Amino acid sequence: MQELSLNILDIAENSVKAKASLVEITVEEDEAADLMRIIIADNGCGMTPEVVARVSDPFYTTRTTRKVGLGVPFVKMACEMTGGTFSIDSTVGEGTTLRASLGLHNIDRSPLGDIASTIASLVQCNPDIDFVYTHRTGEGEMCADTREFRAVLEGVPLSNPEVVSFIREYIAEHLTEIKGGLI
Amino acid sequence: MKSLAELQALRDKMKNNMGIRNDDEAKARIVVGMATCGIAAGARPVLAAFTDEVSKRGLNDVAVGQTGCIGICQYEPVAEVFMPGQEKVTYVKMTEEKARRVVAEHIVNGNVVTEYTIGANAK
Repeated sequence: MQELSLNILDIAENSVKAKASLVEITVEEDEAADLMRIIIADNGCGMTPEVVARVSDPFYTTRTTRKVGLGVPFVKMACEMTGGTFSIDSTVGEGTTLRASLGLHNIDRSPLGDIASTIASLVQCNPDIDFVYTHRTGEGEMCADTREFRAVLEGVPLSNPEVVSFIREYIAEHLTEIKGGLI
Repeated sequence: MKSLAELQALRDKMKNNMGIRNDDEAKARIVVGMATCGIAAGARPVLAAFTDEVSKRGLNDVAVGQTGCIGICQYEPVAEVFMPGQEKVTYVKMTEEKARRVVAEHIVNGNVVTEYTIGANAK
């Protein structure tokens, strides 16, 4: 993957597959600890400990169309090559939380990239699922919550192209405000 | 800066506009493969280009969505076009430019862009 926002899109698709109704994505730029933390938490169907133990294996997949599953291994690799850590906590029937940390100023860390487009794509393709995107930097915190947008929209679908553009720009502008995703 | 007040205004505009898209009544449906293979190959900008082109042309009865991996990872980004009464068309190795051309020629004018289809690209 060229940028971390594509990894995030890919992992969040797993939450969609797990029939989550709420997916919370958090990115934190922690200068003091020199870490970028990425947390993707859903309330989907969860996984058994046996499955959790195997998802980082590129030759494990639930798909039948092909024999490899690279989404989770890609994230794990992206973390480990920057001296970071990676973990998944999951409970069947409750949901799954993926925690990734990467060396913030490590030369091998991919840029976060266009996270606004990632969230916009997720909302557009899954208008019935709620997504919460939170981003923290030393300058402050921004949050985009589709539950809030949904309440304002009064029945106009979140997948409406103009609404999708609004959400993308909303995130991009609020990110700029806290100087998020620049490094 | 974008605010919820702006979203409110957008909602009121949509509600007054009778052409609110209803995916169930969509005339045409475009889906982009958004599994790991598709995303890594560049599906996100392709999806955005389809959405933007459909929106710009005011095609309210065209739905743009996603699908998973259909097993032809080497041809990603892949997009499938469903039109009523026609067979599904699978476009491969898509780019933003190709997406815009598919909307103009296939969705609007009804002519399949044969050179981008899997049939023309399979070896």
